[in-house]
Amino acid sequence: MAKNVCVITEFRDGKFRRVSFEVASEGRRIADALGTQLSAIVIGSGVTEKALELGSYGVETVYVADEPALEQYLTETYVTVTAAIIKQCDPGVVILPASVNGKDLGARLAARLQVGLAQDCVEIQVDIGTIKAKWPIFAGKCFAWSSWTEGTIPFISCRPNVMDCLIPEEAKTPQVEMIQVPLPEARSRVQRVDLDTSGKIELTEANIIISGGRGMKEASNYAMLEDLAGLLGAAVGASRAAVDSGWRPHSDQVGQTGKVVNPNLYIAVGISGAIQHLAGMGSSKFIAAVNKDGDAPIFSKADYGIVDDLFQFIPVFTEEVRKYKASCS
Amino acid sequence: MNIVVMLKQTPDTESVIRIASNGKSIVADDLKWIINPYDEFALEAALRLKETHGGKVTLVSYGPQRVVEAIRTALAMGADDAVLIDDPLLAEGDLLSAVRGMAAAVKELSPDIICCGARAIDYDQAQRGAMMAEFLGWPHLALAVSLESDGVKVTIKRPIEGGIVTLEASLPALVTFGGSHSIWNPRYASLPGIMKAKKKPLATKSLTDLGLNPAEFGGNAAKILITALEPPPQRPSGRIINGDLDLEGKARELVRALHEEARVI
Repeated sequence: MAKNVCVITEFRDGKFRRVSFEVASEGRRIADALGTQLSAIVIGSGVTEKALELGSYGVETVYVADEPALEQYLTETYVTVTAAIIKQCDPGVVILPASVNGKDLGARLAARLQVGLAQDCVEIQVDIGTIKAKWPIFAGKCFAWSSWTEGTIPFISCRPNVMDCLIPEEAKTPQVEMIQVPLPEARSRVQRVDLDTSGKIELTEANIIISGGRGMKEASNYAMLEDLAGLLGAAVGASRAAVDSGWRPHSDQVGQTGKVVNPNLYIAVGISGAIQHLAGMGSSKFIAAVNKDGDAPIFSKADYGIVDDLFQFIPVFTEEVRKYKASCS
Repeated sequence: MNIVVMLKQTPDTESVIRIASNGKSIVADDLKWIINPYDEFALEAALRLKETHGGKVTLVSYGPQRVVEAIRTALAMGADDAVLIDDPLLAEGDLLSAVRGMAAAVKELSPDIICCGARAIDYDQAQRGAMMAEFLGWPHLALAVSLESDGVKVTIKRPIEGGIVTLEASLPALVTFGGSHSIWNPRYASLPGIMKAKKKPLATKSLTDLGLNPAEFGGNAAKILITALEPPPQRPSGRIINGDLDLEGKARELVRALHEEARVI
């Protein structure tokens, strides 16, 4: 049997981040294609019991490192623990999230273990037992396929919100291997963690995003988008022009120098659609655009276009959404 | 403070990207090249460190002679000198070997801090900084949107999904930079800066010059290789919800389409 597929999960605030289930599901698919087993790595503090949840995603063995010192992600400690587990688990493929921490961990692991890593992948294929992975390059204007040379372990990080989360019919209890690794004397430390407790939906995890651009004219006009977002359970994003103008914080910026998002629906409001912006949202499943300039490049990417003044259209649209939502309840 | 900035030259964001006839690289002839924007943020942060603590800023880059243009621009912004590793084996190999090459150049410089973009906007692999830190055995503070240093330690703010983490490391350390133009506001090269840049030292080195064994580099030593490029999937052409409808009509039709066709609301 081929060597097992190993996925690295991400745990925060007492639970798995959703992307953990995405990589587990993708790992299951790859393991089936290779005819092998699926294992998972769970690192954190107080994670052991929760680790069993991975059984319902087809994970057969979980390697758990559970201790208070691992509560927060820190590159130096996490890479040491992960590398030690990978040596013990001896996988043929490693799949991890291309989340903020996952990308950092993956790159450092690749250097430590001397393996090749493909980051931010949106597709993995198994071609007669050989792994190939694809990721967007040049702001999404092109895609690269990579292969690994004989005898090296493919390491692949997956872009969040892209891989399908599958739930097998029958949940099985995975075998648990508790791992204790001597932690290195770290020269860096987490000074503090400030989590956003406003209940705002994180852009990279949102199913629906409404973004405003230069056409919004001023910061206070975003209240209109917040209203609509509230109705749709959406997150509010912004273009670089809006962030550069100081209307929205950088954490809201979607684009090449901002966040890369993959919602089911992206509504671009008053955004022209510069390459800089398309790089961050071009792979959204559906795109709707509202812009009074019918020649704006955003319309070439949009599934649905509204050529109209956003200040007139958005309130009317919000009202229609409200009526529709009322009719559903 | 002895500061190194890892600098990559990338095609301009707006460039039209065409796949070369070999199917696995891009047509590079008519591209406009720039400093990778994230490396420009790193350079700006490095120049501010130098203004506060004194010392010098050395650029370390790799690539063919066209990269000299990006290096001269960075020197004109205020960097002091530069090392360019120009060796065709680095272009044939993988990222791991390119960073191993750069690590050899960096070790000769014994920096206190290395600043590097968190990503490069060409192949977007976000690996250089983390790999360099590993080769040096240094802490890596990733994706900084702010930077403070008293000369002994360095503190950054790092945005994660749904929050901000404040990280601290003792020097020497490597910092990768995220954020945006609005955060870092990188300076422009001044005219006197451009004149001075022409005379600033730029050393071009091969792998052999750095005491490395060429047999350990290039395509044969690569763990991972790009085997094919493909254009992005064509989006089915969209439709403009048309002008015959009044505002309410358009709004109603968009709600209907999003619900019935796209099934996203």
